[in-house]
Amino acid sequence: MSKKTTHRSSAFPHRHLLGIEGLQPPHISYLLDLADEAVEVSRQVEKQKAVLRGRTQINLFFEASTRTQSSFELAGKRLGADVMNMSVSTSSVKKGETLIDTAATLNAMRPDLLVVRHHAAGAVHLLARKVGCAVVNAGDGPHEHPTQALLDALTIRRHKGTLGGLTVAICGDIRHSRVARSNIILLSNMGARVRVIAPSTLLPSGIHSMGVEVFTDMREGLKGCDIVMMLRLQRERMSGAFVPSVREYFRYHGLDAEKLSYAKPDALVMHPGPMNRGVEIAAEIADGPQSLIREQVEMGVAIRMAVLEALASNLPENMYDTEH
Amino acid sequence: MKTSETPLVLKNARVIDPASNIDEAGSVIVNNGVIVAAGENALNQGAPEDAKIIDCKGAVVAPGLIDMGVSVGEPGAEHRETLESASQAAAVGGVTTIVTSPNTDPVIDDPALVDFMLRRARDTAMVKVHPMAALTKGLAGKEMSELGLLQEAGAIAFSNDKQPVTNSSVLLRLLTYARDFDALVVHQAQDKDLAGSGVMNSGLRASWLGLGGIPHEAEFIAIERDMRLLAMAKGKYHARLISCPQSAQAIQKAKGDGLNVTAGISINHLTLNENDIGPYRTFHKMSPPLRTEDDRQAMVQALADGTIDIIMSDHNPQDVETKRHPFAEAEDGALGLETMLGAGMRLVLNGDISLPKLLATMTCNPADRLGLASGRLTKGAPADLIIFDPQKPWVVEKDKIRSRSKNTPFEDETLTGRVLTTIVAGGILDNDAI
Repeated sequence: MSKKTTHRSSAFPHRHLLGIEGLQPPHISYLLDLADEAVEVSRQVEKQKAVLRGRTQINLFFEASTRTQSSFELAGKRLGADVMNMSVSTSSVKKGETLIDTAATLNAMRPDLLVVRHHAAGAVHLLARKVGCAVVNAGDGPHEHPTQALLDALTIRRHKGTLGGLTVAICGDIRHSRVARSNIILLSNMGARVRVIAPSTLLPSGIHSMGVEVFTDMREGLKGCDIVMMLRLQRERMSGAFVPSVREYFRYHGLDAEKLSYAKPDALVMHPGPMNRGVEIAAEIADGPQSLIREQVEMGVAIRMAVLEALASNLPENMYDTEH
Repeated sequence: MKTSETPLVLKNARVIDPASNIDEAGSVIVNNGVIVAAGENALNQGAPEDAKIIDCKGAVVAPGLIDMGVSVGEPGAEHRETLESASQAAAVGGVTTIVTSPNTDPVIDDPALVDFMLRRARDTAMVKVHPMAALTKGLAGKEMSELGLLQEAGAIAFSNDKQPVTNSSVLLRLLTYARDFDALVVHQAQDKDLAGSGVMNSGLRASWLGLGGIPHEAEFIAIERDMRLLAMAKGKYHARLISCPQSAQAIQKAKGDGLNVTAGISINHLTLNENDIGPYRTFHKMSPPLRTEDDRQAMVQALADGTIDIIMSDHNPQDVETKRHPFAEAEDGALGLETMLGAGMRLVLNGDISLPKLLATMTCNPADRLGLASGRLTKGAPADLIIFDPQKPWVVEKDKIRSRSKNTPFEDETLTGRVLTTIVAGGILDNDAI
């Protein structure tokens, strides 16, 4: 395949996908359109495209993840890339120099696409500056998780036709959630009205200046919502540190049928997974007719195909010959 | 508590209602357990039919007292006090509502225990009881308790009793979380490290007695910290008991800054000082400790100028098992339900504060802070009342104390001002028969 493009496509003029921040609405729409096509590909018997043939994709996960890693792996493979998974246990890796050493080592292997998850906010940005290939942030600490926000947007758009004008409630541990941050930016940029609902202890400081409506009462916050996005609450935060107990959290902030009845009758329920049934969401809702949770997983593969394709098309032909 | 349906007319009274600034000769009319009218014009519409008429002969009729600081031994230490015996002591002292501390065994940190308290109170207590629940699980100061579920069960506020929450991050989150439920956080601030192993006020007295001292800084540095945290969290805070002028200054500043803060003090810290410890009297061992006479006067001033909002008895029954020890090893705490008003009258007789103002700190102020409808004589308010002779002297005799414990710091002292009759929900309690 002869590739002459050294300049980036104007439809998606980015070398990396490090966050939603910095993406313009047309760039987001472009990725969503591309993902719509990827959904069709994935639903065929013949699920492979050749756009990444010959490309090497490395999934570098400093933090354990089953679903995100397999989603990226499948996305790469469906586009014809050679995919390698590297799980780096957190105990053997320290921050700073070691991360840069890892980057240098990987760089020497000449990958084209690097998918990175790291437990520290900003670690993916640091790594991106040290490698020649395109980098996709698969979640960096509580900072951003751009492909999750994009897959959420894709799922919503396919059901509601548009994102503009929708009222979306993001509920739960906003404070520690990269999913919340990416979604707040994406949905606001696309013209949705974003609400966050959480106990005050799980709201980050400055939330009132983030362009969202803030609620601490579920029923009030859910009134008139089109989309209800639940977030996972980590176990270590449930027993007195940020909320007193699981039963109290479920009582006031768990999504059950009664609380959901305050949203619009056709409201849709989402969750990035993995779910804690009976903590942030009742089983009957998670598995009920308004739930899009399983569909989100399918859309995850599609959006990652779109992202990989868009970034690959921007790769310069001789990226490892140029100086960095 | 059963509401009495018999109408009552209390006539020839000096009617004092601090909530509505009434202090005038008149009457109070009660029907179906609520106030119908109070003041000089109360009888303009005539007395209700079949009303029981009580001639107060010039005595004061005022709202019943609301005591925000009552330790009961139930559950766990029923030999020291039960809800029943505490309520009897309360009735005799003119306290018609007691707010219990969660420092029981087990600690009130589970909704089922709040429910237990309410049911026991309903079945055994002669005055109204509102339990406070623990701010942190087991009062350990580490994990927040289930503020929402406890509040739903009937907890009126949240307190860590005398155990300070030393971890600033924990207190900040508590104040923040409590805000979602509009819940009141009651905190007795103390820097545990500065207090160290001290057992009385730090200073000359402690040095002569050879006792470890607790400096003022142990309290006011912690209060200042709390005010900073409150400014961050924007919650609802009540300083349970302050004993130092510097603490009052910090509270006054916080109020000026618009923070939602109130302050309380025990009757002991307004009427006693460290010299009362004398030869190691353990009944005067308290937390925070009794301070100097200068401090006491400054606190009275802070009460008079409104910096301190609420007086409580800090009733804490202890028996010989816990008090008959060398001073440093004895438990903290003193009785107070029966003597709070009489001791408070010392401030009135001394000209420090007017009687209506004193009563405000024991009636409408705590009621407002806790969101109670009582503590006032306005139409429709619960008929919780006292008939009180502010001139009548009486001696605090050990064998007449209704509490199961006898650790009063006013033993054998003469107090002026005696509650003659206590009325709860329109029902008259016979104080002589209690």
